[in-house]
Amino acid sequence: MGDAAPLLEVRELTRHFRVGKAQVRAVDGVSFAVAPGDTLALVGESGCGKTTTARLILQLDEPTAGEIRLDGRDLRQLDRAGLRQFRNDVQAVFQDPWSSLNPRMRVREIVAETLICNQRLGRKELDRQVDAALTAVGLRPDHARNYPHEFSGGQRQRVAIASALISRPRLLVLDEPVSALDVSIRSQIMNLFKDLQAEFGMSYVIVAHDLGTTRYMADQIAVMYLGRIVEIGPSEEIFEAPKHPYTKALLAAALPSHPDTPHDREELAGEIPSPLEPPPGCHFHPRCPAFIGPVCETDYPDLDPVEGAGARRVACHLYRGAAVG
Amino acid sequence: MPPPAGGVARGSGRSFGLASRYPLVPITILMIVLVIPSFFADLIAPHDPYAASVPNRLEPPVFAGGTWEFPLGTDRLGRDILSRTIHGAKYALSISLVGIFLGTILGTAVGLAAGYFRGWTDRIVMRVVDVSFALPSILLALALAAAFGSSFEGVIFVVVFVLWSYFARQVRGEVLSLRERDFVARARVAGAGHGRIIFRHILPNVMNTVIVLATLQIGVVIILEASLSFLGIGIPRPTPAWGLLVADGRALVVSAWWVSLIPGLAILLTVLSVNLFGDWLRDRLDPKLRQR
Repeated sequence: MGDAAPLLEVRELTRHFRVGKAQVRAVDGVSFAVAPGDTLALVGESGCGKTTTARLILQLDEPTAGEIRLDGRDLRQLDRAGLRQFRNDVQAVFQDPWSSLNPRMRVREIVAETLICNQRLGRKELDRQVDAALTAVGLRPDHARNYPHEFSGGQRQRVAIASALISRPRLLVLDEPVSALDVSIRSQIMNLFKDLQAEFGMSYVIVAHDLGTTRYMADQIAVMYLGRIVEIGPSEEIFEAPKHPYTKALLAAALPSHPDTPHDREELAGEIPSPLEPPPGCHFHPRCPAFIGPVCETDYPDLDPVEGAGARRVACHLYRGAAVG
Repeated sequence: MPPPAGGVARGSGRSFGLASRYPLVPITILMIVLVIPSFFADLIAPHDPYAASVPNRLEPPVFAGGTWEFPLGTDRLGRDILSRTIHGAKYALSISLVGIFLGTILGTAVGLAAGYFRGWTDRIVMRVVDVSFALPSILLALALAAAFGSSFEGVIFVVVFVLWSYFARQVRGEVLSLRERDFVARARVAGAGHGRIIFRHILPNVMNTVIVLATLQIGVVIILEASLSFLGIGIPRPTPAWGLLVADGRALVVSAWWVSLIPGLAILLTVLSVNLFGDWLRDRLDPKLRQR
């Protein structure tokens, strides 16, 4: 990555929520870029800010600070026409297809919604596009007449995907797109996402806590902890040789693909701390198995490139020469 | 529509066995007591409801020793109670339909706005709802009657005033949870504006609740109208509204019990049937039962 101009660029994105008198830093200075046709996965435990980041990209929520650029254009400066284009270009698939499809709407209208809202098309043209989108996700055109409750979970998610595809978006934000589905259906849906990406050349931003999905789909991975990215880089590198102690623990917690594979568990102690009062210094230090001294308790490490770790950047004092001691 | 074989027994508290699972009985009673009389009162009623006939005053009903001339007896002025009760259905039905129609629209619109926009809209609306819950409807009716005299419009006004807050509160609650559902987020991602989200996504999902609530309110409205008329602050005399008919027999309960009993029975049967029908409708339309 880095060679082509990025499609999506997120810079120092920050979102604070006020909870009573306290402040939750749900997203705290997150930066990344996604090239056209690339897939970035945001990974972390619940409460790490990955879903908030996704909502900010989708403009369902306003950032406290920082900027999001699509094609180099700042989203805050979009005019009406620009916003309309944005709604065509960026679409989403949500986690739970029981909640993301309006139970009182026929599939036809659900799938056509983006076109209905943003383009003036005739009925015939609309029907043609709905047919094409349903076919692309492996449903039959006559499913358009049905209501969502007439479908199974996997089919519902296909309807959701068809509705996201219809405007030929360039970026799809996938919020845990398979975690609400039966295990037997997941691989089908993941394959569908891969095929669609190959066919239409979209970029994906995937929010996931499930590393299996991530490994299969993502080119880049950004591991988040309490609102910040702790490690970001190419997916293969991170899975082969994780650098940040949190990433290591996260990978170790995942089950091995074969039960006989040696599997040394490095279990994390304790719960994820309250985001209302994140620990000072490195947020991870109270649970960190590689805690190296007072510097962890006082300074938040920068997200910097690490020697011998390729294109990766890691936020950990372990890899700062000066810090060791 | 018949219930599924072996019908899902649902502990709804108010269960009248067969009647609550199978709405034919309440619907039949409603047709006989309320709907047919209100549309065809002039054809069915054996006498003019206003015609007094002093020689025939306080005739008992036929089953208590009266004649077939006045099957359900006569009142103090010799007016036929059957005819008056039949004509009374017109007022019960028209007031509940008009009142509920207006109250439902007003309450639903306000509830949608409060739940969807939240913030100060919501705060103001909910304070007004609180006030309107706290204000006794009888007192309001008394004030209105004192200021403008009792009238049909006055009764409608009181009905709307009492009803809208129920709808507003119920709809607001549902909208608050609906607006957080993913399909609303998806609609926003698709570029839908507030109007489309409210009317295409949220309103259709609260319609069932609104319909069931409106049906269940028919009983409340009929009782309210009867109470107002009974107190003399509802429909003006000598209109044969049910509440007035009951009031007419108040002083005679011991000697001529039928004067109050017959219209009272009409009220009882109507309200009971409407509630049974409403319960059945709620079970039918409950999206939680129909989905998944």
